[in-house]
Amino acid sequence: MNKYTERLYNGLVKENPTFVLMLGMCPTLAVTTSAVNGIGMGLSTTAVLVLSNLLISMLRKIIPDSVRMPAFIVVVASFVTIVQFLMEGFVPSLYDSLGIYIPLIVVNCIILGRAESYASKYPVLPSIFDGIGMGLGFTVGLMAIGIVRELVGSGKVFNVQLLPSSYEPITIFILAPGAFFVLAVLTALQNKVRNRAAKRGIPMPEATGCGAGCETCGMKEKE
Amino acid sequence: MRELLLLAVGSALVNNVVLSQFLGICPFLGVSKNVKTAAGMGGAVIFVITIASFVTSVIYKFILVPSSFEYMQTIVFILVIAALVQFVEMFLKKAMPPLYNALGVYLPLITTNCAVLGVALTNVQKSYNILEGVVNGIATSAGFLVAIVLMAGIREKIEHNDITESFRGTPIVLITAGLMAIAFFGFSGLI
Repeated sequence: MNKYTERLYNGLVKENPTFVLMLGMCPTLAVTTSAVNGIGMGLSTTAVLVLSNLLISMLRKIIPDSVRMPAFIVVVASFVTIVQFLMEGFVPSLYDSLGIYIPLIVVNCIILGRAESYASKYPVLPSIFDGIGMGLGFTVGLMAIGIVRELVGSGKVFNVQLLPSSYEPITIFILAPGAFFVLAVLTALQNKVRNRAAKRGIPMPEATGCGAGCETCGMKEKE
Repeated sequence: MRELLLLAVGSALVNNVVLSQFLGICPFLGVSKNVKTAAGMGGAVIFVITIASFVTSVIYKFILVPSSFEYMQTIVFILVIAALVQFVEMFLKKAMPPLYNALGVYLPLITTNCAVLGVALTNVQKSYNILEGVVNGIATSAGFLVAIVLMAGIREKIEHNDITESFRGTPIVLITAGLMAIAFFGFSGLI
């Protein structure tokens, strides 16, 4: 496995941002009411992540260490603005249903986290692949949660009726509380896998996201 | 006055920032282990969001709109908020040490709190004027305080419960949050 496919594997499986690291919980909970919204959010985040990784990696020797956080934030915010414009122009319906969560990609822990821990240290090409891997991992995570919520909450997946019409949809799953319940079950499953892995002595990457406390992400900002 | 009151009730309870808009989930899960720190965090959030929603509304109205730079809002707001948090921290340290001691440790955690940027962007999106923006900010952050203090109270109680091994920690907190979100649906009849 060469270093590029290794990056993709790392983002999609080994350090999957949604299922393993538990990063970016705000959009994960907020926009996964349907599979389409999940994919839309995932891909827009991927676009921002790849572009910001690219630029930050190119500028890594120019940006002084003491102002790197504000510099990263400006880079990320600029790309978010560009992506926001593109979405408003080309996919207005998706733009409307994601609403305020598109500009909020700026404060998504995944993007600043990758800028800080990968793109600011490695050359351009691996950084791009790191962005693609992490972004696709996030997209797959959001899509999976979106599919579950849409199926249970409305009997459809990608707006196609899958369950027989005799199925009474559990509407709560596409409302706010459903997001918490689905994520609770997901973290419980993750805990189970972790406990089992710990018993067998298999090391697993630490969950750095909200589950373990986003304070770490906030502290990084402070430096 | 009536409109402002409705706006405040709407942002604080009906569209609760954490339980229905999912903004500020991180501190909500991370800093809700006991009531005292939760209240401290809530206080710091009220302080920062109120100031931030005022400053961003003023900047938007008097700088971005006249120079037709509205599309720069995301970039400008995030920088203003980051700078503001640092500034508030320094100011409190010098001028009001008791308040700093109470809120200081939470301030750096707030920059990445998406609720702050969320409120600033909502103010623009719903074209609130400056007064409405500030009221929206205060009400939203008051809603955050209510949610995080309630959650901390519940967590202190469930601490000693016998929970299935996999559900210990975050999962049970998320289930509690889901039940609280259902309870908050009850407020939707208010307006």
